[in-house]
Amino acid sequence: MLLKLVPENTNIPFVNARKVAYLLSTLLIIASIGLYFSKGLNFGIDFKGGFLIEAHTEAPADISLVRSLTGGLGLGDVSIQTFGAENQILIRIEEHPTLSLNEVVLLVQTTLEEGVNDTIVFQRTESVGGVVSGELIQSGIMSVLLAVGAVLFYIWIRFEWQFGLGAVIALVHDVALTIGMFSLTQLEFNLNIIAAILTIVGYSLNDTVVVYDRIRENLRKFRKKEMPDLINLSLNETLARTVMTSVTTLLALTALFFFGGEVVHGFTAAMIWGVFVGTYSSVFIASPVLLWFELRREPEEKLAEGQEVLPPQYRE
Amino acid sequence: MLDFPRWKVTAIAFFSLLGIMLALPNFLSDEQLENVPGFLPSKQISLGLDLQGGAHLLMGVVMDEVIQNMIEDKRLNLRDELLDEKINHRIVPRGERLVVTLVNEEDRENALRIIRSEIIKVGASITSVGSDDIIIEDGEGNVINLTLSEAASIEKKNQSVEQSIEVLRRRIDALGTKEPIIQQNGTDRVLIQVPGIKDTKELLKIIGTTAQMNFHLTDLNLTERDINSGRRPPTGTVILPSYEKDANGEPIRNHAIKTRVMVSGEDLVQAAQTMDENNQIAVSITFNTKGGKQFADATRANVGKPFAIVLDNEVISSPNIRTAILGGSAIITGGFSSKEASDLALLLRAGALPAPLEVLEERTVGPGLGADSVAAGKVASIIGLVAVMVYVALSYGLFGMIANFALAVNIFLIFGILSMFGATLTLPGIAGVVLTVGMAVDANVLIFERIREEMRGGKNVLSAIDAGYSRAFGTIIDANVTTLIAALILFQFGSGPVKGFAVTLAAGIFTSVFTAVSLSRLIIVMWVRKKRPAVLKL
Repeated sequence: MLLKLVPENTNIPFVNARKVAYLLSTLLIIASIGLYFSKGLNFGIDFKGGFLIEAHTEAPADISLVRSLTGGLGLGDVSIQTFGAENQILIRIEEHPTLSLNEVVLLVQTTLEEGVNDTIVFQRTESVGGVVSGELIQSGIMSVLLAVGAVLFYIWIRFEWQFGLGAVIALVHDVALTIGMFSLTQLEFNLNIIAAILTIVGYSLNDTVVVYDRIRENLRKFRKKEMPDLINLSLNETLARTVMTSVTTLLALTALFFFGGEVVHGFTAAMIWGVFVGTYSSVFIASPVLLWFELRREPEEKLAEGQEVLPPQYRE
Repeated sequence: MLDFPRWKVTAIAFFSLLGIMLALPNFLSDEQLENVPGFLPSKQISLGLDLQGGAHLLMGVVMDEVIQNMIEDKRLNLRDELLDEKINHRIVPRGERLVVTLVNEEDRENALRIIRSEIIKVGASITSVGSDDIIIEDGEGNVINLTLSEAASIEKKNQSVEQSIEVLRRRIDALGTKEPIIQQNGTDRVLIQVPGIKDTKELLKIIGTTAQMNFHLTDLNLTERDINSGRRPPTGTVILPSYEKDANGEPIRNHAIKTRVMVSGEDLVQAAQTMDENNQIAVSITFNTKGGKQFADATRANVGKPFAIVLDNEVISSPNIRTAILGGSAIITGGFSSKEASDLALLLRAGALPAPLEVLEERTVGPGLGADSVAAGKVASIIGLVAVMVYVALSYGLFGMIANFALAVNIFLIFGILSMFGATLTLPGIAGVVLTVGMAVDANVLIFERIREEMRGGKNVLSAIDAGYSRAFGTIIDANVTTLIAALILFQFGSGPVKGFAVTLAAGIFTSVFTAVSLSRLIIVMWVRKKRPAVLKL
């Protein structure tokens, strides 16, 4: 007996729930925007500039000693925390107005090596200056905008403009909710998260395109069906695949989340959230919004000229 | 549907095997790799700095200073030439311009002639004679306006970056690390990547020494008392401390140095420890032709007087000129110990940066953390892969097993492609592989679900499989192109590790379409041909 999460021949009226979905999504987007402006994002040093120094000691680290040592250097706001184990320290320092990046790193490293009564190993240092962080912000925003634009263009070419618009509405929705999630959880927002957002864009589109493909096919197959019914049918026909692919992707991501290590944590968290949001948006947003736009049913003769000729049994 | 042309079978088998062959070296140890016969691929994927540990630095050349120095050089040069011709004038820099004000307006023609003779062609190549470094703009009466040309400033900037790269390479090579990458990045930046470096502190230190080295004459009009009085020295002279420090960290003495550069440190080509004729330890220095000529002129006019070697506004040595040095090479003596001499030689060799460098971005990862990341990545990949495979097998039975086989080949292919292109695997790159595992089955899912639908529609086994593959294909292409677009944009705009993610994601898209569509289809067709099933368990 084969495992089937979705029974055969479902007939769930997804489209009928669109008002609820629109309301929910609108509220969530407003909440995301609100969070973004009130709480903001916990920008990592990639975008904010500054220093991150990761070190470990033999014995559990004396945080207050590390704090007083680094605090005495006059480097401004220094935050120190342990992570993972008791002997793992993470030090964050703001960009310094006059000292150069390597001077600050060297200063902190020598001060700690001399002041801490334990062998201290510096595992990772990252320093980003204001010029570079500004550029990274710019290229991050550019890449997300460009991706959305390129996709709009591709779908417009492959489908109709209505589909392209629908897909982009869903994308903006996904990106907004992902940023909202990062604002709410205050997970660090860094370069990897931009990569995650672009992958979410790719994934969500992947989902949306599969459904759109079916809607387009059904538009040719069932010439007299009402639009909401047609969209519902398409969603139900592709439901098994939607669920299956989400589950396999989530399985892989969950493994990464728990076993992939600290560095990819934020990235996988974003991706997991993105899979949920992307799946939701392609079913409840991207498809129903097509009702807003007049979808053109191609006249019989145009089809005969042959964009994609279907065998007779597929015609109603 | 059952006739799969032989060439197709061969091609699919060939590409699958090729991919596996290309991927295999990654699973061998270094010794095993030595024994691989030459005709077999032996390229491994290189690990990114985040996985093998190392340092990444982005340095900016401070170009304002480069241009200012260039203008100042030009100014001093013109001043001397005009004074030689007894033309009284004032010459002052204004940004990228020089304003010459003549005392007597009738000198104008003469002055213009001298200035024109000092113009140098820059940017000359086979196809062009180059353009003037200085443009003479119209000025009224006794004023002549000069502007640094665009071409001159571009050439100077390029030279500065190239020279900085040379100096950095020498300094980093001195650390004895393996395969550092030092390259130009944009118009005014240098990217440094030093893989596997253990002591990043040393690297930060030598990179941080934004030393500029020049040879100057000393001002002998000032007495020791004048120098140490703290009073402002006359124009054209500066008081600089010695590089050597006493026990309290104070400079052992101060020097009065003429600001005008006698010979630029850029023109020094070699410095080494040596012995003089009395078997005393000394340091030999050699200039290029231009530096040699300048050094000859300066020493001829100043025999018996000291000159100073100034590094980063500190005097590292102040030897006396014993005789005019015409050959472009000289030795510096001064009762050095062997250590002192070799230190001085090293400072001289590595010293001359054409302009200050500033660190714009710095990331280091210790080797321990990198190894941890590799281990974590392996564990996560294997667990993710097994979980996905179990789920797929449970969902699609035999077909699921075929999809799993295709998935396994897919992973080899990804690594094969990455090895072939010598791509760099980063931690986000590993995440990309794991994500691809999750998403790669999508193509097979689309096909299998379609086959199920077609069977529910009453088709027989063969036509259901056929229709499943052909109808799902368009969807698969559309769905993958969109992800590919995202990957390409990531590659274009991403940096370092993120680029690595984009590369694996893109490679995974190509390989997964190939394995899920072509390879799985071939296997299913072979199975159907053999078994001729009446119903499909799907």
